[in-house]
Amino acid sequence: MILANAKPGRQRRWWQRQRWLLLRRTAQLGLLTLFLLGPWFDIWWVKGNLAASNWFDLIPLSDPYIALQSWCAQAHLPRTTLIGSSLVLVFYGLVGGRVYCSWVCPVNLITDLAHWCRERAHLPPGWRPHRALRSWLLLMTLLLSFASGGIAWELVNPVTMVQRALVFGMGTAWTIVGAVFVFDFLVSRRGWCGHLCPVGAFYALVGRRSVVRVAAHAREACTDCGDCFAVCPEPQVITPALRGSGPDSRLVLSGDCSNCGRCIDVCPDDVFKFTLRYRYAGDSAGTDASAVANR
Amino acid sequence: MSEHSSNLPPDRHDRRRFLARSAQAAGAVSLVGLLLGSYGEQVQSRPIGAIRPPGALAERDFLGACVRCGLCVRGCPYDTLRLATFGEPLATGTPYFIARQVPCEMCTDIPCVAACPTNALSKDLKDIRDADMGVAVVTGTDTCLSITGVSHCEACYLACPIKDEAISMTMKQENGRISFEPTVHRDHCTGCGKCEKNCVVPEAAIKVLPRALVRHDLGIRSP
Repeated sequence: MILANAKPGRQRRWWQRQRWLLLRRTAQLGLLTLFLLGPWFDIWWVKGNLAASNWFDLIPLSDPYIALQSWCAQAHLPRTTLIGSSLVLVFYGLVGGRVYCSWVCPVNLITDLAHWCRERAHLPPGWRPHRALRSWLLLMTLLLSFASGGIAWELVNPVTMVQRALVFGMGTAWTIVGAVFVFDFLVSRRGWCGHLCPVGAFYALVGRRSVVRVAAHAREACTDCGDCFAVCPEPQVITPALRGSGPDSRLVLSGDCSNCGRCIDVCPDDVFKFTLRYRYAGDSAGTDASAVANR
Repeated sequence: MSEHSSNLPPDRHDRRRFLARSAQAAGAVSLVGLLLGSYGEQVQSRPIGAIRPPGALAERDFLGACVRCGLCVRGCPYDTLRLATFGEPLATGTPYFIARQVPCEMCTDIPCVAACPTNALSKDLKDIRDADMGVAVVTGTDTCLSITGVSHCEACYLACPIKDEAISMTMKQENGRISFEPTVHRDHCTGCGKCEKNCVVPEAAIKVLPRALVRHDLGIRSP
């Protein structure tokens, strides 16, 4: 059904078609800048890095995944860590777990660049590991932390490594950065963030019930152009919301969705928008909607 | 979107594909786990010259508690501490210092410990004199200017923040020749590394070593 003959989207200006992308880059670079204000300009609003930080010598923040590994390694978690982790968990629990991936994580800049290069070079998808692989890697890091008594994933975690390299000095961290880039560019399409990174797997779990969600609120206007599927880093999350009908939820329910908003940007028919989960309370709630879609 | 191919009625081809993909994933996870595990094992034994900040838990516990945030680095007013980068022979992102470059100044308020958001640098350390980062050992008995009698050098002794407690110059008389030897009192030495930093010979004749390495008291140690 082609409702929108006017195609308002086609007339949107360039920046309107990149709105969420630009906001996202602003957030990523802005946060990095905040962390760099101290070491570069001696303005210490924030100390530390993504693993744990202290804001205005007042608010502690702590990465809950690292804290969880620490707990698995039988370390005693003091109050600062518990408060810091709780604040982070509540935030991402509300706005979407993988908002961490698309709005905060510095590696996203690298993998997005790799993806851009890959599209330019018209490379085939390459190695396509199982979607669940990162969840298994997540479990492995927890078990390994328990077995070794150390925080296992932090030995190689590119996410904290890239940021630590920028904030505390580079060393040979560029080798890991380069490896991630080459992997995503030449080996596997959207391979790192989409299939391997256990940090993303963790935050996907955190955001399963998040309040902020993308919804295919005007899915009747969809012309099947496929732009959203092409641009989405996790295209499997769109299908139930967009292709569903009747009482099926229009919300993108999967925790894999990183709320990056690219589908909103690229859709010429304005099918998608950010919304709050409870506004769709009339829909069949939660995971059963996707179960309906899969039937 | 291989997941959605499971909508098809299951047949043997699908099952075989499923098993193959699961085996592939399991193999990849095992491989990464194995590599990560052995790498972790390797970096658990950190090099002798890399000294942990004051109050650091025993290495194994430390690696479980330290989140590698660098707040101790920021807390240190003397830029003593640094974070290990990937490729260095100790756990990535963990704090350490090299005494010969920048030693610990033994601040009385121990700001690095205060800054630590976990208990990797233990808050139980209230008095910096109780710190145990290592223990100084006169390794260059053949190069130390005092021991060899080249000069009456006291650089290490003078540098020590708790001189006469942790280090003293002992008079030695041999064949009518008098020399003064630096003597470390291990129960008091905190391993701050000021002596190693200030030693005047090219390769420091006194070095901070891990206490476990120099303990030769058959495991009996005063608390």
